[in-house]
Amino acid sequence: MKISTQKRTDVIISEAILIIVSLVFILPLILALTMSIQPPHVVFSFPPKILPRGLHLQNYVTAFQRVPFFRLFLNSAIVAVMITAGKLITGALAGYAYANFKFFGKSFSFAFLFATLFLPAEIIMIVPLFSLMVKFGWVNTYWALTIPFMASATNTFLLRQHFMMIPKELEDSARIDGAGPMAYFLKILLPLSKAMLGGVSIINFIYAWNLYLWPLIITMEDKMKTVQVGVKMLIDSEAASDWGVIMAGTVSAVIPTLIVFFVLQSIFVKSLTRSGIKG
Amino acid sequence: MRKWTPYLLLIPTFIIIVLFIYVPAEYSIMASMQRILPFGRGTSYIGLTNFLKLFSNAEYLYSVRFTILYVTVTVGIAIIFSFLIALLLVKKIPGVKLFRTLIFVPYAISPAIAGALWTFLLNPIVGHVSYFFQVLFGVQVEWLTSKPYAFYAVVFASVWKTLPFNMIFYIASIQDVPEEIIESATIEGASPLNRTWKIIFPMVSPITFYLVIMNIVTMMFSSFAIIDVMTKGGPGQYTTNMIYRLYLDAFYFQKPGIASAQSVILIAIMIVVTSIYFKFGERRVHYQ
Repeated sequence: MKISTQKRTDVIISEAILIIVSLVFILPLILALTMSIQPPHVVFSFPPKILPRGLHLQNYVTAFQRVPFFRLFLNSAIVAVMITAGKLITGALAGYAYANFKFFGKSFSFAFLFATLFLPAEIIMIVPLFSLMVKFGWVNTYWALTIPFMASATNTFLLRQHFMMIPKELEDSARIDGAGPMAYFLKILLPLSKAMLGGVSIINFIYAWNLYLWPLIITMEDKMKTVQVGVKMLIDSEAASDWGVIMAGTVSAVIPTLIVFFVLQSIFVKSLTRSGIKG
Repeated sequence: MRKWTPYLLLIPTFIIIVLFIYVPAEYSIMASMQRILPFGRGTSYIGLTNFLKLFSNAEYLYSVRFTILYVTVTVGIAIIFSFLIALLLVKKIPGVKLFRTLIFVPYAISPAIAGALWTFLLNPIVGHVSYFFQVLFGVQVEWLTSKPYAFYAVVFASVWKTLPFNMIFYIASIQDVPEEIIESATIEGASPLNRTWKIIFPMVSPITFYLVIMNIVTMMFSSFAIIDVMTKGGPGQYTTNMIYRLYLDAFYFQKPGIASAQSVILIAIMIVVTSIYFKFGERRVHYQ
């Protein structure tokens, strides 16, 4: 009897703590959503409201007028899709090379790729990559926003790791049937890796959609910026105290990654923890 | 044909990493030891002058000190709390899946958006957290523009953004701790607290080690967006960390030599941190 009462108190305390903690992590978003549909006279009413008073969608319209959000959304979508696709292609090809082939320079080139993990992207971006883009004439272009990010060591390692787990007999029997290395790659290896490719895509999509520093420095014209920078533009704009409008922009900017997150969560949590443990 | 296949497969990856990572890295190292001559007469070699200038520059030294403080505090809090929360989230209690999902949400939110959300919550007039604080302590605080509150503000946003990532890793690794070990400890009379600190915590130490390293890197570099959105390094330069200092010197003050020297120092720090990880971390992770 004593144990079960103890257990019950334990459960109740855990539940209570978890409810509070969950609120800490989710409330900022809910409050932002509330604020974003608040008419102006409620925005400044004191104390701040938790539940919305009415549905005032004008804030969203204003946000999209004050900053060219439609264009910024398009830019973010282009950038995120291009980077995700690029990384998937380069990573799958290179991962295949390392998982299924023996060749001269394999360990050297692998070390060379590995060493990029020591060079933080932000440091590369701020002075030298920016200068390089100026030289290329790529400032304010989609090229600059996407191409430098279309390959990464972690992606290659993750896919290599996965390809190594696929039984070698499949490759041997494909070869006996007369399939060349690319036929095996496209017709057998990739279809067998769908789940992994999906997980990697989600992680990369969230990463690319959330890039901030690079679009901030490499684009000068408003029409080439991304939604992340757009939120900052709203905060810095003249009507900076217009919190309903600012939160309307913020909520809009976060919707795509939240959708990806909620719909595909179980797939990518698996890929994420695996990516961490295997480096 | 098969002989050349792997090289062809590697071409796209290597073109990109050489052109957009190694070439710029090399440029940084060269530029850190050069001075740009006026009137477009090219550059001249000045050795370590830029580095010496940096080490006698009070603003730069402040940014180093601030980075150490900020990284220590945020990583410490993020690690400890994520472990404690994960301990609750591995229990078999009602709604645990929902709690996991809700707490994990900030992972999908960018540092810039995290900064925007906390700028709103801490706003003295419209912000709920600011109001809550006022009710509790009876003072109205200008969170983002006064010391030391600006520091607390960026710490809140950084921890809120990073903790969920840690939590997911802790959940996965706590669940991997063999059931029998905990059971036999319970039979031998170990208290729940002892089980946690003497068995579970040591068992997940490889993950702790990995997360500490990852968090240090995140707080040193990805914190840029949070600081840019929330405080712009202010008030004054109170919340200017090394990455923000680098950005200011490169783009606002247009000092490419000094900025490159800062890049080289940051790369060196990064090499030390990641080497520590691969030297001591890899082996321990494999034991698991």
